[in-house]
Amino acid sequence: MALLEINNLHASIDGNEILKGINLKVEKGEIHAIMGPNGSGKSTLASIIAGREEYEVTKGSVLFEGKDLLDLAPEERAREGVFLAFQYPVEIPGVSTANFIKASVNEIRKHRGEEPLDAASMMRLMKEKLALVEMDKSFLSRSVNEGFSGGEKKRNEIFQMAVMQPKLAVLDETDSGLDIDALKIVANGVNKLHNEENAFLVITHYQRLLDYIVPDKVHVLLNGRIVKSGGKELALDLEARGYDWIKEELEAGAPQNS
Amino acid sequence: MSKDDKIIHEVAGSEYKYGWVSNIEEDTLAPGLSEETVHFISAKKNEPEWLLEWRLKAYRQWLKMTPPSWQNLKIPPIDFQSISYYSAPKPKKKLDSLDEVDPELLATFEKLGISLEEQKRLTGVAVDAVIDSVSVTTTFKEKLGELGVIFCSMSEAVREHPELVRKYLGRVVPPTDNFYAALNSAVFSDGSFAYIPKGVRCPMELSTYFRINAAGTGQFERTLIVAEEGSYVSYLEGCTAPQRDENQLHAAVVELIALDDAEIKYSTVQNWYPGDKDGVGGVYNFVTKRGICEGRRSKISWTQVETGSAITWKYPSCILKGDDSIGEFYSVALTRNRQQADTGTKMIHIGKNTRSRIISKGISAGQSQNSYRGLVSINKGAENARNYSQCDSLLLGDQCGAHTFPYLDCSNPTAQIEHEATTSKIGEDVLFYCRQRGMDEEEATALIINGFSREVLKKLPMEFAVEAQKLLAISLEGSVG
Repeated sequence: MALLEINNLHASIDGNEILKGINLKVEKGEIHAIMGPNGSGKSTLASIIAGREEYEVTKGSVLFEGKDLLDLAPEERAREGVFLAFQYPVEIPGVSTANFIKASVNEIRKHRGEEPLDAASMMRLMKEKLALVEMDKSFLSRSVNEGFSGGEKKRNEIFQMAVMQPKLAVLDETDSGLDIDALKIVANGVNKLHNEENAFLVITHYQRLLDYIVPDKVHVLLNGRIVKSGGKELALDLEARGYDWIKEELEAGAPQNS
Repeated sequence: MSKDDKIIHEVAGSEYKYGWVSNIEEDTLAPGLSEETVHFISAKKNEPEWLLEWRLKAYRQWLKMTPPSWQNLKIPPIDFQSISYYSAPKPKKKLDSLDEVDPELLATFEKLGISLEEQKRLTGVAVDAVIDSVSVTTTFKEKLGELGVIFCSMSEAVREHPELVRKYLGRVVPPTDNFYAALNSAVFSDGSFAYIPKGVRCPMELSTYFRINAAGTGQFERTLIVAEEGSYVSYLEGCTAPQRDENQLHAAVVELIALDDAEIKYSTVQNWYPGDKDGVGGVYNFVTKRGICEGRRSKISWTQVETGSAITWKYPSCILKGDDSIGEFYSVALTRNRQQADTGTKMIHIGKNTRSRIISKGISAGQSQNSYRGLVSINKGAENARNYSQCDSLLLGDQCGAHTFPYLDCSNPTAQIEHEATTSKIGEDVLFYCRQRGMDEEEATALIINGFSREVLKKLPMEFAVEAQKLLAISLEGSVG
């Protein structure tokens, strides 16, 4: 059974169809990259996996470990092991990062029938994961994302992912707005967390993140459909040639899988 | 209705948690108010002649007054003759230990999570428990006595320390100050008295738990705290009340007096019965709280967390008379269902270099109305006075109201006054972010609200802060997501 299986997914917002039949299968241990120009539906796909309610799924299914993901509330999906690293992480004034993560970790533990983590173990866990994204422990006492730089916000997402250890992590343009150092830190975090039991769906506009996170598969999303899938070399092609050649191929009726 | 609307409705519509009636025998005066009532109360308490006269004067003045009408509240007409003005647990012999306390009363405390034994043993908090107007038990008295700190019921203070009471009672809130203060002065039943001698730093938080406990009985507490030169005291007041159908009137008066270099910190968690979802029942909370920074470099700090009562009318204020004195007001007011709150503060700058700080956080849900009303007054002689005010409102849903009424009255050009105000809604994107991390909507809302209130909550003493956080969360309970 695939970890994530998306079949013929159609979705719209305010009556506009954004996704027009997505098919995707992600196995445990894999890293998939989803690439595509602006407006192709990348972030919509991430939002639907995480359960944002403003999108309406009109057709198709999303299965997570064989269970219908679309039936679950966003928090239930999170507890089952689906994590979304947000493109635009929100600020929560007055709520310390430590408190936020504590609430989050304990919800997930409760779901698994585990006791809440005691204060010392919680602190040990957070400190260990902070090191992974090269963040100082002073982050923990700051309000969630408040006054964080763009890079700090993205690192905070990866930090939370490290603490929560999801089975499936969706990174929604985590590389956008990052300088090269921050990009390396984020990629390094992902690589250290990656193992045979989890999977990553890396959504990106640019190839450069994939210099550091090596995907097993690359998919090109265009106008609501995955129009081309391939190995990591496909990302390089896209970097070199842009998306137009794929559009031309499509118009010429060329095969969609290289 | 969308899911977020649904949670907001559920949050806003949850029922009061502390609804029960305990069966302590009451000694209740028949309803009605006249000079005889005042005589009865005074006689019942064996009061000296001067206090009776003081009460009668207040009563006669009250007769000529009318209830205030400037606030942003809809107050149904109150029939003051239908209220009983005295109610006390039946007199019993003086108690030496908790074993002698009515077990029913102790059970009531247990329900509230206030075990006196535990408090004695563990927390070092002296509790003067007031149930329906008469103090039943006072703890830690000996320990405080060693330092010369007086902490007792107002009745006892009248008996044991008449010279202090006579000197300070009504000094900050004169009997004729306003309609409800005049009523309180005429019929006040009991309350707390604290006196901190010169140079003493009170080693424990002084705490009083109020409960309104007899059906149809008004509660008229009177509290007086005097901090002598160079002393410090932190005072906690917390309240819950049983669920009732008829409205209960509460008109308390609190007076604080801080002399040179003295500091008084007064913290309140208020959770009286707010009425049901349709606005039936609930406590009317019309309170006059005021402190005077009489001495140089003195400081008075009010912190309040207001979640209860059907109607709240309350403006804990500071008169900054001493040069270099400081006044602070930190407030969280949460209203839901059909609750109404009109609360804020007055900072009256008289002395030179006086400073004040106002932080107000209003949270409105359901069909409630939540108003901040504050006055900053800089008198002519208040050279270099400074004020900072910040009023933030958070709205849950689209049927509630948040209002801000800041008044400014400045007669000295050297003053520096800053005012900031914001109004916001809990954003769907913030809720979604929390839910994506595994929290349900209820928990996420509680987390966001606690964050919004943090600046105020962190001013509370530790154990009270925990209680207040729980209270905010409980107030939002009842949603299933």
